[in-house]
Amino acid sequence: MSKTKHTLLNQMKLELDSHSVNESFARAAVAAFAAQLDPTVEELTEIKTAVSEAVTNCIVHGYPACCGKITIWAGIYHGGQFRVWVKDRGVGIADIAQARQPLFTTLSEERAGLGFAVMESFMDRIKVRSKPGGGTTVTLEKEIRGRAQ
Amino acid sequence: MPVELRYEKCCLTALLSGEIDHHSAAFLRGEIDAALARLHPPLLCLDFDGVTFMDSSAVGLVMGRYKYLRGFDGALEVVNLSPAAYRMMRLSNLQSLAKLAQKQPEKREKVQP
Repeated sequence: MSKTKHTLLNQMKLELDSHSVNESFARAAVAAFAAQLDPTVEELTEIKTAVSEAVTNCIVHGYPACCGKITIWAGIYHGGQFRVWVKDRGVGIADIAQARQPLFTTLSEERAGLGFAVMESFMDRIKVRSKPGGGTTVTLEKEIRGRAQ
Repeated sequence: MPVELRYEKCCLTALLSGEIDHHSAAFLRGEIDAALARLHPPLLCLDFDGVTFMDSSAVGLVMGRYKYLRGFDGALEVVNLSPAAYRMMRLSNLQSLAKLAQKQPEKREKVQP
């Protein structure tokens, strides 16, 4: 069978408690997995930042009042395609379009409201699936051209 | 220390270092605000030279300090931003509220793990 950009070559999955101290571990783990694609420092920074935003959203918005589980999956596809999804089973988002607006935030805490804007700016594609009470899954995709290019 | 504070010539400089995310921003906010409350400086300079990673929580930190400074007509400067940090600051239109300066190219060689 010939390899296409849909051929999954390698994958990893991890589950974390939604403690804010785990934000740095989550982004470092995904970046370490992505390192086998030999990304540039810039590409790696973009992946780390987007993952940090997605995980922070789970902690701050998904589980505002309690601790829950966050699942992170990352996959490497043929041709340097990198995909990550970050999933919580928290409160969900009622209006996804509104949540994705830059500078929109539901919190009075000092949040810039830029989480989705940063994910969109730093990754090639982002998909958000959510329903109130049913949790949220954010899928991020980026083609890694790498240092060889 | 993730932040070192210096006050000279009417400017409070906060030398930030390490990684700034939602978890670490709360501590930084507390340290900087305590100094702002004590000194009411005419100028606050947030220096990102030692910052090895930041997400949008750092943008929230900058926006929050801008709002605090407005209470006593203080000005804000944000310096030594990496290219990615500069892009994030501009996403929130911070350049219209504060002076933003990027790191000099020869100082960009900070490799992240």
